[in-house]
Amino acid sequence: MRLFGIAAFALALLTTAPPVLAGGEDVVIEDAWSRASIGTSRPGVAYMTLQNTGAEPAVVTGLRTNLAMMPMIHASTTDAQGVTRMSHMEEVKIAAGEAVALEPGGLHVMLMDLQHPMVEGESYALSVIFADGTEATIEVPILGIAARGPSD
Amino acid sequence: MRRRALLQYGALGLGAGVATLFAGWWQVDGPDAPDVSNGRPLPLTAMDFAMTDHERQPVGPQTLIGRASLVFFGFTWCPQVCPTTLADISHWLDGLGTEADTLDVVLITVDPERDTVEAMAEYVGYFHPQIRGWTGSPAEIARAAEGFRVRYEKAPLEGGDYTMNHTSGVFLFDAAGALVSIIDYHEPREFALPKIRRALARSPSEAVSGTG
Repeated sequence: MRLFGIAAFALALLTTAPPVLAGGEDVVIEDAWSRASIGTSRPGVAYMTLQNTGAEPAVVTGLRTNLAMMPMIHASTTDAQGVTRMSHMEEVKIAAGEAVALEPGGLHVMLMDLQHPMVEGESYALSVIFADGTEATIEVPILGIAARGPSD
Repeated sequence: MRRRALLQYGALGLGAGVATLFAGWWQVDGPDAPDVSNGRPLPLTAMDFAMTDHERQPVGPQTLIGRASLVFFGFTWCPQVCPTTLADISHWLDGLGTEADTLDVVLITVDPERDTVEAMAEYVGYFHPQIRGWTGSPAEIARAAEGFRVRYEKAPLEGGDYTMNHTSGVFLFDAAGALVSIIDYHEPREFALPKIRRALARSPSEAVSGTG
């Protein structure tokens, strides 16, 4: 019941979003990591947690990095038949005081059109763009291709 | 408590409507949805297809008879589900240690267009050495998918690229080729390991000591 209440409240906040939005300065991005790539032909991936510490919802509308020409947020969903597919998220809303996790199996940053290989031990800058025009730039460490998380 | 909470939702108007929709979704399409798939994989002995593994060896369902096996479908251009599944499986294998020595682990590609033998060899080399990569002609992959009751389809991406939607479960067979269990993509190790141990335990002892 309590969980449902929280979910309902978060959804209510999302759908009744006032015009004032939280932006880059209110969103704390933590636990960012990527997997190493094999060359540049396959897409790369990045994960992180976005915590909205502001009093208003925040909306992520895009990404920018020199590493990839087309960075975008994808959602992985699995249907009742067990088929997993990915869909491009035009925007991701983070309710005030809530966190959205980009993690293996769910939402994730897809780095399409890599400009150079992602090498384990290196890192790259990734800017997260918010609907209010602000940006938050983070440095994303590149872990091994078989990594399962930032503490692995 | 419940009554007051409901009143609060009511005050939120649209939000409460969406919550109701959400509750409806949860019952109709969510995790409690009735399983409409009647598709469990056939026994390996009832399948028929011919592929090539990442070391250029001819392989097929009969290759997996005699030892317990773990089979899943994927493609190496996938940055998300497949590395996660492969990393999870590597983690399971590490957790099983020498117990897993008699387990065959196979990734079958659903993307033969890009996943050549070379691409498979390059890719599986980054994960646990016990993991094999199988590829083949589109027709043979379709035959394999039919046997495993796996669905897959090409999905175009912006920029002319494409990705593959596909069944993401991990199939566990015993040494006789009978399905023991399906491990869901994402299943925690504490649930996955007992299932794998069960498949290994069902292996005839002669098969366990026979091949290596």
